[in-house]
Amino acid sequence: MHEFSITESMLSLALEKANEASAGRITRINLVVGELSGVVSECVQFYFDAISKGTIASGAELSFETKPTTVRCHKCDNVFTPGDHNWACPECKETSIEIVSGRECHMESIEVE
Amino acid sequence: MTVKVITVGEDILGANEEKAKANKSRLDGYGILTINIMSSPGAGKTSLIMSTIKSLKEKARMAVIEGDVASSMDADKINEMGIPVVQINTAGGCHLDANMVESALNGLPLEKADLLFIENVGNLICPNAFLLGEDKRVMISSMPEGDDKPYKYPAMFADSDVVLLNKIDLQPHLDFNVDGFKKTVTGLNPDVILFPVSCKTGEGMEAWLDWLESAVKGKKKR
Repeated sequence: MHEFSITESMLSLALEKANEASAGRITRINLVVGELSGVVSECVQFYFDAISKGTIASGAELSFETKPTTVRCHKCDNVFTPGDHNWACPECKETSIEIVSGRECHMESIEVE
Repeated sequence: MTVKVITVGEDILGANEEKAKANKSRLDGYGILTINIMSSPGAGKTSLIMSTIKSLKEKARMAVIEGDVASSMDADKINEMGIPVVQINTAGGCHLDANMVESALNGLPLEKADLLFIENVGNLICPNAFLLGEDKRVMISSMPEGDDKPYKYPAMFADSDVVLLNKIDLQPHLDFNVDGFKKTVTGLNPDVILFPVSCKTGEGMEAWLDWLESAVKGKKKR
């Protein structure tokens, strides 16, 4: 359900940027979404199709670049993809880590006519 | 027609963050310590708030914003305790956002409060992505949910200032690895403060209350 509010925010940001550029139509919106962001792209597309009707973004293609989850070891700086049940560093077994990628939820660019 | 690419490079929830900042400065103006309480449904958010109200009633003036998908059950309970409360019903929405909190603040006597609890919608997936204007994020993870929650919802644990491990009175009945849980949580979030508690028996609550009371005082002084 959070996809609805995310889609609303995304549409209003895209419309704002298109408006600033005096664009007539938005043809494509390029989004970057991390695995940990909890955003399901099909859901966003579904809501987008519904709420963009009647705006200059209607019919725009949504492009999703998915960022995988990666974490950095606090001890040896190794960046790795955590396992399902084990987030310890595979190199030095340290468990103190920080999330490097996977939480993204931003708009890279829009394409307009 | 030629296609033009406009670089945006902005967070999709940027507008929410702006609104959250406005809420925060409004609350800062009153010196109110604001706590965003997040957990899965049934982990003990309302129990924690009620138990904390009972203990701190003489020491701090409290107010509550209750977020739920539907019903006013939780708000009614707080209201019976004589504490100002506003219920937000998200009508299916799985989290609170800064806009909803802004409206709720209008219904509270902010000039008469030192401590505001915002009880988020029970959910471990996304509430952490929506800033509300809080000073601290407090997450409750209860023992019956299992010790694997940090692996399943890492962002939630990484974003919390305090994690309360609730329902420790049930430990004899559960296979919950407390040390393993602590290690995973502090691994994800080295600055986290972890309090094992039981809202039911009161065990461990003193440490949480001490922390909270000193945070309220710290906020007033600023």
